[in-house]
Amino acid sequence: MASHLDTNVIPPSRQREAPRAGMAWIGQSIKRVEDPRILSGKGGYIDDLKVPGMAHAAMVSSPHAHARIIRIDTSKAKMVPGVIGVYTGEDLATVVDPCPSFASPPVPQHAMAMGKVRHVGEVVAAVVAEDRYIAEDAAELVEVEWEVLPANIDIEASLEATGDAILHPDDRESNKALDESFSFGPVEADFAAADHIIKRRLRWHRSSAQAIETCGVVSQYDAFKGGYTIHANSNFYNFIPFVIGGSLRVSPGELRIVPVLTGGSFGSKVFTHKIIILTAGLSRLAGVPVKYIEDRLEHFTNSDSHGSDRLYDAELAVTGDGTFKSLRFTVLDDYGAYLQFGVGTHGNAMAQVTGPYKIGSFGMRVIAVLTNKCQQGPYRGFGSEVTNWVMERMVDAAAEELDRDPVELREQNMIQPDAFPYMIPTGNIYDSGNFQKVLADAKEMFDYDGWCEKARALRAEGRCVGVGLATCMERSVYGPTEWWSLNNRETPGFTLTSTPEGITARLDPSGKLFVTLNSPMVGNSPETVVTQILAERLTVAPEDIVINYSDSQSGFNGVGPQGSRFTAMIAGACVTASIRLEERLKRFGAHMLQRRPEDVELRGGTVAVKGLKDQEKSFAEIALTSSFFRLSFPDGEEFDSGIETTAVYDHPLSTDPAEDRSHLGIFYPIVGHICHIVAVEVDPGTGKVDMLDYAAVHDNGTIVNPRTLAGQVWGGTANGIGTTLSEQFHYNADGQFTNPNFAEFAMPTANEMPRNFKLGHVETPSPYTEYGIKGGGEGGRLGAPSALTSAIENALSDYGVKIAALPVTPPVLRGLIREAEPAAAS
Amino acid sequence: MTKKAISLTVNGRQREAFVPPRMLLSDFIRNELEMPGTHVGCEHGVCGSCNVLVDGQAVRSCLMFAVQVDGTQITTVEGYSTEGALHPIQQAFWEEHGLQCGFCTPGMLAAARELLDANPDPTDEEIREAISGNLCRCTGYEFIINAIRSAAQALRDQEIENTLQPV
Repeated sequence: MASHLDTNVIPPSRQREAPRAGMAWIGQSIKRVEDPRILSGKGGYIDDLKVPGMAHAAMVSSPHAHARIIRIDTSKAKMVPGVIGVYTGEDLATVVDPCPSFASPPVPQHAMAMGKVRHVGEVVAAVVAEDRYIAEDAAELVEVEWEVLPANIDIEASLEATGDAILHPDDRESNKALDESFSFGPVEADFAAADHIIKRRLRWHRSSAQAIETCGVVSQYDAFKGGYTIHANSNFYNFIPFVIGGSLRVSPGELRIVPVLTGGSFGSKVFTHKIIILTAGLSRLAGVPVKYIEDRLEHFTNSDSHGSDRLYDAELAVTGDGTFKSLRFTVLDDYGAYLQFGVGTHGNAMAQVTGPYKIGSFGMRVIAVLTNKCQQGPYRGFGSEVTNWVMERMVDAAAEELDRDPVELREQNMIQPDAFPYMIPTGNIYDSGNFQKVLADAKEMFDYDGWCEKARALRAEGRCVGVGLATCMERSVYGPTEWWSLNNRETPGFTLTSTPEGITARLDPSGKLFVTLNSPMVGNSPETVVTQILAERLTVAPEDIVINYSDSQSGFNGVGPQGSRFTAMIAGACVTASIRLEERLKRFGAHMLQRRPEDVELRGGTVAVKGLKDQEKSFAEIALTSSFFRLSFPDGEEFDSGIETTAVYDHPLSTDPAEDRSHLGIFYPIVGHICHIVAVEVDPGTGKVDMLDYAAVHDNGTIVNPRTLAGQVWGGTANGIGTTLSEQFHYNADGQFTNPNFAEFAMPTANEMPRNFKLGHVETPSPYTEYGIKGGGEGGRLGAPSALTSAIENALSDYGVKIAALPVTPPVLRGLIREAEPAAAS
Repeated sequence: MTKKAISLTVNGRQREAFVPPRMLLSDFIRNELEMPGTHVGCEHGVCGSCNVLVDGQAVRSCLMFAVQVDGTQITTVEGYSTEGALHPIQQAFWEEHGLQCGFCTPGMLAAARELLDANPDPTDEEIREAISGNLCRCTGYEFIINAIRSAAQALRDQEIENTLQPV
């Protein structure tokens, strides 16, 4: 039977290194290479940097959610001793152009507002002064006259807005930025044939990553060369000079973006284009190097990294025996005032929207809504954390309505281990997996049956104890088509298909392997991972590998850690580099051994004659000779001095979206699988949730470093716990952001974490990536919300409480219990 | 603004400075003493990243003024390791993967040091309580707790070794 997926042909694997048993370094929990300098306080974060003559910027931010700027009076601020300059959006626009955007058509955004502000915290003026104290004093003296406009806060009401409530009246007649519908496979027919249609309205509220370090930039403008040197804590420093240069009116080659050790990202520092453009423009206007570090309030209100904020009307078509046939939904997403990544967070979710289940068709209408809030950016999951939760909520709802055991229903619909590579209705594939084993391991580790029994017994005693289980996908290694594949087909925008990762590696004359990365360290373990992979492939000791970071002028091709891509991608670049270095090492080494290259091999950091002991040259000898003794080798460029290579890895497996968007192609195919199980007790009097026990089993393919992977899972789970139980941005009717600080935006502390966390791993290697590695940076947050929600609902099953929105803070849960109490009492 | 003279000991070294009365201790340490290992996460006194030891007590350096530490002894993260050798608490954080991005780490180390000075053999709940005023967004805390437990053991072992040294 013809399918909409027939044209989506899976390319052959490009894997060169298959996983092997008994690898020397891959799979070892070596201590991180990055840590000693960080532990001793010498990491070098952005705010640690001082450059000669550096001045400091402080911002004048909008106190209004939506207002016209009538007049800005900077005269008093300019009089403050120590102030170098005070600048408005109009001043900045003399040296920089609007911000880049992946949205198409773009929603225009300036690094500093011009004419109008669209959210609280948007910058309207900046002071550059000798120190930050003076800059902040002067910023308080800038007087702004406002004409306050109606604020759009509600996701549905904003779509009805007219007149002065329209955010971008010059470009759009409404606050709807995008409205697209998709049908992947026979959605209508599957729903028509269904015996049950499960319907739920589900709400996922806004929060964000809130890394402990905010965003910051130090920029210097060179008036003679016409270029900039910019230090920034951006993941994208080697990827964005092309677009940042456009805004700064310089070519990428005139822009030197230098990475710094970054104090956490979780997506929030992926792009950071606005702060870079803003600070760079100020350094040009002021004629001195300028440092600008967001304070925490600015990071909350203006850092372009708010997470998903969605309202779903979802339907699942199910047959009488419980077989899932089709999923469809309409989703509204409150993107805030601008749209830097378009609806990329929904494109991302298309990678695994049907979860680990055999579901033949999928349909969606996605509406991007503009409101008077800071715009969205990535946060650990980039939209897939929400669809995971929606899918699992729908499965729990189906179990309830069909009176089925939720785990049995999952098992019945799960993709079987022999079905890989498995193509889901959107066209993405799942490369490999063994979902059944992950589930079985998790149940055993948790004693699932025992806990269910215990929870039932405790509920019979009147305690609110429950167990929740979620089986979720963790896609990794994206292709960038996710950023634009859901755009209108008439205006798809910049339809890029490259997000490469590269390294440069050379043997220094002492024989150490000197490696340059093109992506920053943001709390992941890039140096450790690269050390382990290169040590494995080139048979060298980890201590003989030295890692540093390029800047954007010396670097070549890096997109950085996000979307759980870095480890699998850099492994590809490491293998390419190793193949080339091996070839060169063998050529030089064989000549020194008076053998043919095909007669030698790499062995323990030497080039050695196959089958012979003691016939070898160490990398150090070869490096020294090839660097300084040119006359020892024959003529010809193959013996040019030195052993070096620059290697780029594009993607393990991706295809284009179909022209008519009947499918989206393969764009996020390296899938992990996760099962989280949690037992909770709810205090019905306060709505407080205590986690009594927690187990997680993750399958991330071949594991490079078990301990650092465990750190990622743990940390992601903590984020997911916060998302579920406590973290939400609150806005009042005027659009004031009422809890933009760490005291009122409640992130988990050590006290809120489960005491008894058990973590297990299944390793199903990918057949497409080097060594079978899959990404693993987001899984905790992709699984915890679903399991915790189920557990809480189970704990409150006697009350009949249903959870359709996150987070369930104590007051929210107490409210749900209060509503349900009359029913429970009767 | 009239500057005030202060005199204090920082990581064992006597320091004299003239500071404006409103200068935060965190800014003084980072910018005037040029010791950037003390990190500023929120400047609201919530996250604990800027914790330093003032006379042995872990305090939020963003909630104190530099003039308030006149006459005190301060230890920052720069004072922990000597000659490239990590302090046992730092070493334990390394071995137990108690850090990822490292931004909150100096504050965690200060909290851990204050705890272990007072209580060389804490329970896990006591460790949890001691770091519950420090936010970490990377680790989920478990490996930090492991690190402090392991550091406590290492420090106790070191103490025994020192006692056994012949005089």
